[in-house]
Amino acid sequence: MLGPETLSDETALVAALRCGDEDAFSALVDAYGAAMHRVALTFVRSSAVADEVVQEAWLGALRGLDRFEGRSALKTWLLRIVANIARTHAVREARSVPFSSLELAREASEYEPALPVDRFQGPDEQHPQRWVSFPMPWSTEPDSALLSAETRKLIADTIAGLPDGQRIVISLRDVEGWDSAEVCSVLELSETNQRVLLHRARAKVRAALEDYLTIEAP
Amino acid sequence: MNTEFSCQEMVEVVTNYFDDALPPDEQQRFERHLSYCAGCNTYVDQIRETIRQTGMVPREESLPPALREAIVAQFRNWKREH
Repeated sequence: MLGPETLSDETALVAALRCGDEDAFSALVDAYGAAMHRVALTFVRSSAVADEVVQEAWLGALRGLDRFEGRSALKTWLLRIVANIARTHAVREARSVPFSSLELAREASEYEPALPVDRFQGPDEQHPQRWVSFPMPWSTEPDSALLSAETRKLIADTIAGLPDGQRIVISLRDVEGWDSAEVCSVLELSETNQRVLLHRARAKVRAALEDYLTIEAP
Repeated sequence: MNTEFSCQEMVEVVTNYFDDALPPDEQQRFERHLSYCAGCNTYVDQIRETIRQTGMVPREESLPPALREAIVAQFRNWKREH
């Protein structure tokens, strides 16, 4: 049986896989399979298609095993495979908008402020570009709504409703916890464009929380 | 040259700040603005809280059993052909 210590020795694991060791394969599926499935779901939305994507990714990984050179972690390598296949499928899902790194870059290039301009004073007011009124602090009491399952649901729903680029970037960065370099590499996006998409997505999730959490002054 | 960020500029560079992607002089301007502006402090705290809350959105932690089965079956086929 393969324990976690075997999984941490990737060279040994890859060698075992090349020999057709099913225990090694199962350990790998249990370690990274769920993350791959979540990434697939981020791209394609339909769970049947996501299942296909994940199976195709594992097959691709097995066939590409000889090309795995250990330059990236096995996990990163697997996630990149699943993301690439998922992207191809997302295009085939025939959404109205073509789905590509080019399209994501276009989405990032459109002007969109983090907050409505009327939250700030205009050029003719006393303090141009300063807050009209400060954002209301959120309650951090132990029984506050901030800690509830309902809040998490609100966040998940808000993310699901974002434009493709923003949805995918915030899912990978803030839900999955990838770093900026990993996201850029998988999506073939520049650091700048990736950050623009993340910025807008976070601003929208914050705005949804603000509507939900702000305590109205009596 | 303008040496201070406005509040409107602050809300646009907060993501760069969190990613350590601001040039050193802008990072100093950002922190200087935060040191006196309560409104931007609240906003930046809320973005930080938003990131924290987003990280707690429930995630599927294991594969659906049927899918796991299918993947392992696929492995057996691959092994036979290999």
